[in-house]
Amino acid sequence: MIKARVTVTLKNGVLDPQGKAIEGALGTLGFDGVEQVRQGKVFDLELAGTNASEAEQQITAMCEKLLANTVIENYAVEIL
Amino acid sequence: MRYKAADPPDSASGEASIMKSAVLLLPGLNRDRDMIAALTKISGNPPLTVWQTETEIPDVDLIVIPGGFSYGDYLRCGAIAARMPVLDAVRKKAAQGVRILGVCNGFQILLEAGLLPGALMRNASLRFVCREVELQVANAQTAFTSHYQAGQIIRCPVAHHDGNYFTEGETLKRMEDGNQIVFRYANGSNPNGSIHDIAGVINREGNVLGMMPHPENLIEDAHGGDDGRPLFSAALGMVA
Repeated sequence: MIKARVTVTLKNGVLDPQGKAIEGALGTLGFDGVEQVRQGKVFDLELAGTNASEAEQQITAMCEKLLANTVIENYAVEIL
Repeated sequence: MRYKAADPPDSASGEASIMKSAVLLLPGLNRDRDMIAALTKISGNPPLTVWQTETEIPDVDLIVIPGGFSYGDYLRCGAIAARMPVLDAVRKKAAQGVRILGVCNGFQILLEAGLLPGALMRNASLRFVCREVELQVANAQTAFTSHYQAGQIIRCPVAHHDGNYFTEGETLKRMEDGNQIVFRYANGSNPNGSIHDIAGVINREGNVLGMMPHPENLIEDAHGGDDGRPLFSAALGMVA
């Protein structure tokens, strides 16, 4: 079995109101010096098989087709 | 899964229309009944309903994807619905020139399906907005807006959490230059932070329209106005 982690983040230049709200909340909690927060998503996948490069290809296709909206999001695939 | 709309057609508009319409049904959509009632009242014909697993859509002139919360808005609004078999059928119909209208979640689904450019993000206020806005008809020369005047301001209800339209600069410029922005929030009523006040966009071919506001909820006096009605009468090819 192969374990992988996909991280989806907003592209630079795409406004992130949720990140802004979290940034504000951190300030309210007394965490000074937080200059920026950008929020995103993490997907942990478990795939049958043992071929890591095949798995990476497959997960990249999953990102392109469903996991990320490439109009506004970037993704990174990490085989664990 | 088929049901009849509860409302009888308005007798005045019941005869002339020969245009047929279909409304897509996906789990989690909840504005389908409003849409069916509006299409029935305005055209005189109840629309067909097409369930998400269908791979063919019957011959119709207008296909509508109504609003709601398909698949609970999981992953991203409209993302999972956009990968259902019926969307391949919609894609085929769109390529043949059939008119496609997506409202609210239907708009989000059309974007996720790649039938329209751009994306809809969380409202800038982070709040769900449910109120009436003013819309400017930015392009009155489409199959959907030809019964409005260019620049006309109309009222329309909105109800959404993710209506903040975004697309990157080059695409935005191409859409502006190509008159693909059909509706804009007017008079400072932008409820969601949408770029260029965009409320509705059309594809380059002019047969696929997506919009966040709900014209189906303003079609008769009982709604407090009928500013949404011309959109359906135009899309259904009726006489203005």
